Amino acid sequence: MTAPLLDVRDLHVEFRTKRGSVKAVDGLSYQVRPGEIVALVGESGCGKSVSSLALMGLLTKPAGRITKGEILFEGVDLARLPEHEMRKRRGRDIAMIFQEPMTSLNPVLPIGLQLAEPLLQHRGATVAEARRRSAELLAMVGMTDPERRLDQYPHQLSGGMRQRVMIAMGLACDPKLLIADEPTTALDVTIQAQILELLTSLSRQLNLAVILITHNLGVVARYADRVNVMYAARQVEGGTAERIFANPRHPYTRGLLAAVPRLDRPRNAALATIDGAPPNLANPPQGCRFGPRCAHRTETCETDPVLAEVEPDHLARCWHVDAMSNDQEPAPPASVRSGPQREPILTANGLSRHYAVKNGGVFSRRHGIVRAVESVSFDIMAGETLGLVGESGSGKSTIGRLLAGLEEPTAGHFSIALGDQADATARRRAVQVIFQDPTTALNPRMLVGEIIAEPIRVHRLAIGKIAIDARVASLLTSVGLRADMVERYPHELSGGQRQRVGIARALALEPRFIVCDEAVSALDVSIQGQIVNLLEALQRELGLTYLFIAHDLAVVRHIADRVAVLYLGRLMELGPRDAVFANPSHPYTRALLDAVPVPDPVAERARGTRTLKGEIPSPLKPPAGCVFHTRCPIAKEACKQSIPPLRETAPGRFVACLEA
Amino acid sequence: MRARQPLRDFATNQPLGATALAFLTIFLLLAIFAERIAPYDPVEVDFAAMLSGPTREHWFGTDAFGRDILSRVIYGARTALGIGILASGIGCALGSIIGVASAYFGGKTDLIVQRFVDMLLAFPIVVLALVVAASLGRMPVLGIDLNLVVAIAIPIIPKVARVVRSAALGVRAMAYIDAARTAGFSHVRIVLRHMLPNVMGPILVLATAYVAQAILLEAALSFLGLGVAEPTPAWGLMLAGNATDFYREAPWVVIFPGLAVTLVVLAFNTLGDALRDYLDPKLGI
Repeated sequence: MTAPLLDVRDLHVEFRTKRGSVKAVDGLSYQVRPGEIVALVGESGCGKSVSSLALMGLLTKPAGRITKGEILFEGVDLARLPEHEMRKRRGRDIAMIFQEPMTSLNPVLPIGLQLAEPLLQHRGATVAEARRRSAELLAMVGMTDPERRLDQYPHQLSGGMRQRVMIAMGLACDPKLLIADEPTTALDVTIQAQILELLTSLSRQLNLAVILITHNLGVVARYADRVNVMYAARQVEGGTAERIFANPRHPYTRGLLAAVPRLDRPRNAALATIDGAPPNLANPPQGCRFGPRCAHRTETCETDPVLAEVEPDHLARCWHVDAMSNDQEPAPPASVRSGPQREPILTANGLSRHYAVKNGGVFSRRHGIVRAVESVSFDIMAGETLGLVGESGSGKSTIGRLLAGLEEPTAGHFSIALGDQADATARRRAVQVIFQDPTTALNPRMLVGEIIAEPIRVHRLAIGKIAIDARVASLLTSVGLRADMVERYPHELSGGQRQRVGIARALALEPRFIVCDEAVSALDVSIQGQIVNLLEALQRELGLTYLFIAHDLAVVRHIADRVAVLYLGRLMELGPRDAVFANPSHPYTRALLDAVPVPDPVAERARGTRTLKGEIPSPLKPPAGCVFHTRCPIAKEACKQSIPPLRETAPGRFVACLEA
Repeated sequence: MRARQPLRDFATNQPLGATALAFLTIFLLLAIFAERIAPYDPVEVDFAAMLSGPTREHWFGTDAFGRDILSRVIYGARTALGIGILASGIGCALGSIIGVASAYFGGKTDLIVQRFVDMLLAFPIVVLALVVAASLGRMPVLGIDLNLVVAIAIPIIPKVARVVRSAALGVRAMAYIDAARTAGFSHVRIVLRHMLPNVMGPILVLATAYVAQAILLEAALSFLGLGVAEPTPAWGLMLAGNATDFYREAPWVVIFPGLAVTLVVLAFNTLGDALRDYLDPKLGI
């Protein structure tokens, strides 16, 4: 085995705050070898990003500092290196790419200049050399027409292309180590697959060591050689990807793996969850940090477990590693849902939403039309969940906003079956929304109690303080929160708790139909399962109908009865969940499913790579004919000519493709 | 975010701002209890003590009519703070509502409101106040000229509306506004209950800054003869009129009222800056 390029030994990072110091990283040790991809996995706040910022010497000073440990990079301890020495290594030996390609490129400089900067800085290259090298780098990361791209500005590039530019910038000085912090979290699955394929091939080709920081276990399984799982500032498990995925020995890792809905496994009745939420690091629990959430907890766990080798190349920090060995708890199989009444509650007919894009200003003429949604028709049956999937820009959120009455359709209409005596207010109440980001969905200046009570008071669903308070308390209980939460402000709650408050607020109006707009995408894996299960339980109890909008296909497969696939504002495929997932008819659906990584390295390597080429075209200039033909692997000449109609290929299955 | 003891928290985080706040509180108390604190009647003419320098009897000296300057400065605080706070309050309240509503409704409403705001902004603030003050005449209530308040408040409205609108545009994009709309709340409720509280930070800062501006404007209008009339004690007035004839021989005639204006304006500006930093969560940690 080659000598490690990077050897992190017992790293401790602390942040000083007014309320005392917080240990953000508490004894992390791992090694990275050249040409190896090492993943740091964990939920938000577990210290994975902080530890890599510490590697780069980029901790926010003076609040954050390394209190203990060594970061040996080619034998030099980076933790003790003075800033001017560190600056030489940063960018030249170690490069970093960030999650949000939107904000990590400077919007007022052409990308050529930004690419050339590290070359001029570290390599002493001339301007002409730097430009030639920049074009080479762009070609290397798979950008077409690199010469012309150099003069483009970041806003002229798509998210995926920006991330390619970021990678090119990182590679500019031939670094030995690349730190990728959630490099694909902001990207669509097909683009995610392209970017990660690129990173892997570059790593092999250039013998580049990569630290991949992510929360996505599927990504880890497909691309990482070694995995380190972090929880509450500590490393709980580490080893090769094969060993960890084949036989996870820490209950947290096991819980995480069980909590992810998977496309390669049969669908279970309920998602496995990890109870509770990660601890507050300002005041961590005694003994095992995972103890309070662990089902295997015993008295031994009161003392801190040590990270010990459970087998070669596999470490775990748990007293009960032996009890964890290979006893895959059988999950209860999915029960066939007692066939809900097949009466459509919502019928949408030729729904379209166009936006006029202007140059800005009073006297400007119309510039173009964005066809966000283009004549989409579907029914939603009472008591069912319709999953709506597609990449960003496919118009799925716009459909949700149209149904919720937040926007008016440009053409077409939809109707909700509520009985004859329903007036406008009743219709309004009947449709509610659960939003993606629970942080922005709750008014930060209102107490939780006020947030939930307000709709009840405005619509006079309960009269008098006692009745309203009782209703609020019962709503909080029904979403799994304690009734005494009413006295809290949203910022005092965790992400999962906030999302529960958002659900309680939606339920306050006793709706029939709820639009879940990416309702679980902003949540950590262990919390996501809890919310999905809650939504399903509420549906059974209250007979709710959901439109579940999501980009995560595995979650949609879990929760939806039927699935609709959108591309560039048009419906590509619609059908029963099992049929669509098992046997997709439309090439786009197939491509989407192929792009989703599953958390199993063996299965992943067997699947090989089938990435969709190119990117979603601009909705300002959608391709003529079938909108998908520019990326379609089976497109024929005819696909460029005529728009394929949505036709029924089997009872209840609709496909818009000439070839299917 | 929200401290249990906001005052103490503010004092530890923003010592300079807290000092300004304490200073302004003293002035406010002086203004409220002027009758008890002032050693003399501010309008009492005493020709025996004309243009007396600072003495044990008259700490700040006397003016050309032998009126006690300390007493006039203390009573002047009543005019200055009264008009300043009222005018800034009215201007900021109206400006905020216009700004928030403009951002909330958007589209054509926003366009029309903002062009109207542009129009008002095109006038220099003093000229606009002069026109309003001259055309309205005088209407004193409780010793404060309400028309002067209106004249000073009107130029504040468009400036506040413009700033608050841009802050409100950010709030408009938040999902909780969509949530309020799906819940079927009225526009008035959404604007007042959901949007306004979330732009309070900039509004508070603007309000303190415009109290200072309003005091200056009141002084300027009084100086130009359109504000407070003799013999009412007002700082601007004390610097105007025959004070200009005597300041060489009797500098105390202008020094003390000038100092009062300067210090109060400085204090309001310092308080405004401190409040802005204190309310900005990004600077909090």
